[in-house]
Amino acid sequence: MSHEQDRELTAPHGTGGETVDVRLGMFGVKGSGDTSGFGGLVAPVVMPGPSPRPYGGWFDEVVDVLAELLEESGTGFDAAIEQVVVDRGELTLDVRREHLVEVARHLRDDQDLRFELCLGVNGVHYPHSTGRELHAVYPLVSVTHSRQLRLEVAVADADPHIPSITDVYPANDWHERETWDFFGIIFDGHPSLARIAMPDDWPGHPQRKDYPLGGIDVEYKGAHIPPADDRRSYS
Amino acid sequence: MTTSTQGFTEEATAGAKSFEATGGDWSDIAEEAVRLGEERIVVNMGPQHPSTHGVLRLMLEIDGETVTEARCGVGYLHTGIEKNMEFRTWTQGVTFCTRMDYLASMFQETAYCLAVEKLLGITDDIPERASVIRVMMMEFTRIGSHLVCIGTGGNELGATSVMIHGFNGREEILRIFEMITGLRMNNAYIRPGGVAQDIPPGALEAIREADGKIRTYVKYLEDLLLANPIYKGRTVDVGTLNLAGCMALGVTGPVLRSAGLPYDVRKAAPYCGYETYEFDVPTSTESDSYSRTVLRFEEIYQSLRIIAQCVDRLQAMGPGPVMVEDKKIAWPAQLAIGSDGMGNSLDHIRHIMGTSMEALIHHFKLVTEGFRVPAGQVFQRVEAPRGELGVHVVSDGGTRPYRAHFRDPSFNNLQAVSLMCEGGQLADVVVAVASLDPVLGGVDR
Repeated sequence: MSHEQDRELTAPHGTGGETVDVRLGMFGVKGSGDTSGFGGLVAPVVMPGPSPRPYGGWFDEVVDVLAELLEESGTGFDAAIEQVVVDRGELTLDVRREHLVEVARHLRDDQDLRFELCLGVNGVHYPHSTGRELHAVYPLVSVTHSRQLRLEVAVADADPHIPSITDVYPANDWHERETWDFFGIIFDGHPSLARIAMPDDWPGHPQRKDYPLGGIDVEYKGAHIPPADDRRSYS
Repeated sequence: MTTSTQGFTEEATAGAKSFEATGGDWSDIAEEAVRLGEERIVVNMGPQHPSTHGVLRLMLEIDGETVTEARCGVGYLHTGIEKNMEFRTWTQGVTFCTRMDYLASMFQETAYCLAVEKLLGITDDIPERASVIRVMMMEFTRIGSHLVCIGTGGNELGATSVMIHGFNGREEILRIFEMITGLRMNNAYIRPGGVAQDIPPGALEAIREADGKIRTYVKYLEDLLLANPIYKGRTVDVGTLNLAGCMALGVTGPVLRSAGLPYDVRKAAPYCGYETYEFDVPTSTESDSYSRTVLRFEEIYQSLRIIAQCVDRLQAMGPGPVMVEDKKIAWPAQLAIGSDGMGNSLDHIRHIMGTSMEALIHHFKLVTEGFRVPAGQVFQRVEAPRGELGVHVVSDGGTRPYRAHFRDPSFNNLQAVSLMCEGGQLADVVVAVASLDPVLGGVDR
């Protein structure tokens, strides 16, 4: 059985938050004929899951106001927001992509929310989170209220489309181009979604986990040092 | 339909007669343009142009001397630092992110370390002394960065002595850095859990001495620039960007403050104990290149004010730990200068090689494997010299960052070039870009 198949079969479902990977064995050594038993270790990688109310501090107020606005517009809070995660003192709203632009507009415009600045978008690639491989994370900042929260949108690798929020936050123009360049997430409605860091004709999207780091081994005093992604990894 | 790097479609540019100038005499090109009766010329400025702060490429459509369209091309310095960080331990990550915006190394280091500490949940365990040292190093970096900004900005206008004084002032800061961290740039000094080592004996005296020297150079620069009719003629009302423009484009830092909004992350979301320091956030409402220079001068004085408070605190505090107490996270060794350069201190080597097998195992495990960080994600903001620097760090519970992304302020601010330059003079493009103070190492990462 291949390592990849192994992961799929042993992935537990519905524990805490999203299970993004399953770690097998110890120290990252594979195929060494391990007889210690440590090779049989299975450790799921679970991201922080939805938080119960009260969220604490101003988090409740912001979520309440947003819920009210979403109900008013007819979208509905549950239809737009998948889950609310409070972790390490930071608020994350997992948004369904269809409603991302509306949520962003509410967060920017309502006087009790006023998240005037969007500090770009960052992609994260979870190749083993089936159907939710690509995540886009938008940090928002409210200058008026000195607050900071995060929107997170998850899409499938097979359908990597997210609506562009450049209409709401024009500053996201280059950031969305960067995320397209590095992750292959297509931001629908972006004025010109061209690569920004890599050359125009570059094949692939370098920040994805299946894209190798590359490099050559280096000889130093007779020993060969392998490139970084061929070295022993401990995870 | 093919799309070029800048998003100009071929269809959009197909009808226009554009002249590709890749060297040769400017007069030949101008004559050819006259011969063809075409007023509109597309000029490629950079990426190897001395006034582009590195490798920024500006595509300018000019009509006579007026810029009708300006677009930026970036990516010439992309080195995959974020990708590389995913293949190194959490501690080694510092060595990489310090090289992004190479004029603001300490800010990347601090932002990254604060993010890792937040992921580990040890934010409150960082020794006070380490936080004070971090603040001091960041403020020194801010001064150095502003001096380079003002100095190179002057140089780009043809005032070489401005650059010389700017770099001379920065030299004093780099001496302090060399004394404290062992390196002048790319220090990798701030580490998850604290800082690499305590400040050496005599450092506080050297800092007090440097304070006066820095003030001298800053005074030279102020005398040279602020009342200079040529400098004012070149910068007043040039490269304006009003508050609405700044907010729409997410522009932060001195450019935003020159438009009147006193937004500073050090005040809005304090970190490293900034709420306990006394300093002001200077603003102005002119929103032009000149006022940004004035603000940078004022910020230098505010930074010196913070540094003086740091020095007093370090003096009053006396020696103490500069690394978190948790031995599973703290780097096991203190560094020392040996005959062959800087390395682990000999006492430590003697201890692990000669007396304690367990200490050797501990050292080996922590240095080669690193520590594990519980799964999750955080976003940490700091006020870098160019604006708001954000770090998004994701952990999957392993010994390496799963993803580390830096929202570099110059990357974001460069988007404002079109707005600041279009409709202005060609020569003012240089001034406008210099007032944004982009550092391409940070833009492209």
